Amino acid sequence: MNLVFEILVAVLIIIGGVFTLIGSWGMVKLPELMSRLHAPTKATTLGVGGALLASMLYFAAFKSHLSLHELLISMFLFLTAPITAHFLAKAHIHRHVDPVRELPRPDGHGWGTFEAPHDAAAEMKAVMDDGPDPAAAEKAHNDDAGRSPR
Amino acid sequence: MSDRATASAADKRGWLPHPLLSASLVLVWLLLQNSLDLGNLLLGLVLGLGIPLWTSGLWPKRLRVKSWVAVLRYSVMVIGDIVLANIDVARLILFRRASELRTRWVSVPLELSSPEAITVLAGTVTMTPGTVSCDLSADGRYLLVHCLDAPDTEQIVREIKTRYEARLKEIFE
Amino acid sequence: MIDHALSFALGATSLALLLNLWRLVHGPSVIDRVLAVDTMVINMIALIIFYGIHEGTPVYFEAALILAMFGFVSTVAFCRFVLRGDIIE
Repeated sequence: MNLVFEILVAVLIIIGGVFTLIGSWGMVKLPELMSRLHAPTKATTLGVGGALLASMLYFAAFKSHLSLHELLISMFLFLTAPITAHFLAKAHIHRHVDPVRELPRPDGHGWGTFEAPHDAAAEMKAVMDDGPDPAAAEKAHNDDAGRSPR
Repeated sequence: MSDRATASAADKRGWLPHPLLSASLVLVWLLLQNSLDLGNLLLGLVLGLGIPLWTSGLWPKRLRVKSWVAVLRYSVMVIGDIVLANIDVARLILFRRASELRTRWVSVPLELSSPEAITVLAGTVTMTPGTVSCDLSADGRYLLVHCLDAPDTEQIVREIKTRYEARLKEIFE
Repeated sequence: MIDHALSFALGATSLALLLNLWRLVHGPSVIDRVLAVDTMVINMIALIIFYGIHEGTPVYFEAALILAMFGFVSTVAFCRFVLRGDIIE
């Protein structure tokens, strides 16, 4: 039984190491930023995921210390990796991409990085109508305004 | 005016404006403390009740989930897809010459309208094979997706729509 | 066996960090450098976890968790700065 766990932990550790390395290698190898963005967001999540699973299994099986911190870290990384990638892509589009020549054009309105949200006012109103009260929002806003100079 | 408005809002939302947020806060607190003591549980409950009340002005609408079975099935499917995506991208990085990759931009028309559903879809697209979601059109009806290697853009759009969007539609709308 | 796997993984992760460093120094645009730093943070988390297994103590997880949070927040703050010219509006 111990041997099974040992093999499993070792395999997970190796998977983690290999995918971490591949992700970083892709970042060096690929020619332009948008394709470089693919490498770390994908390969690295499995790399860290493998490492975290290995450590969870290792401490549970050999140190009889069940630790769920790893679960929290991997949850956090899986939630934040797409957000980071999205933000980096938006920053790249904003700085270096010509929306007319390089991007496909959606029907109607342009991409959000270059145009203000279309019906922000109507949406705000809808939210206000069935949601909370304007007074609370106003109060929150005032609180913010009071806090910001400090 | 402010008294009446506050009172009606309190009636509407009660002490538990976001039960899901409360539950996940308690869970995260317990995971963070790594224990199930009564003290930690109580402190977690206080945080789980207090933080949603305190921040409810920032997130007025309550999230509605139609079917929890569908959520579970979707999560399992996405985790499987993430593993496959990793292997896929690793193969592309290792065994394909960079000049042979057909990178391109694709715009995916959306049928989803709620912001939460679009957020989940964008996150899923980023984590799955060879695609990163980059931008949303100003009216929220198109998603800009970058593909690492796309011989057939039609097929990618179709896959995103049938595999992920249809299921999210079941869950959220 | 775990020891051998660990020495391999520690080596691989260190090499990955060096590759990230190359991209950080070389990267043509600022966003490349931010991507490099972000990946470095993720690789550092992996390194810390491997080291935690190597030492056999779970005390390093707090460090990994805090690193994960700071890495995320700093990347988002930077991208916001590029997009809006301001971080807190």
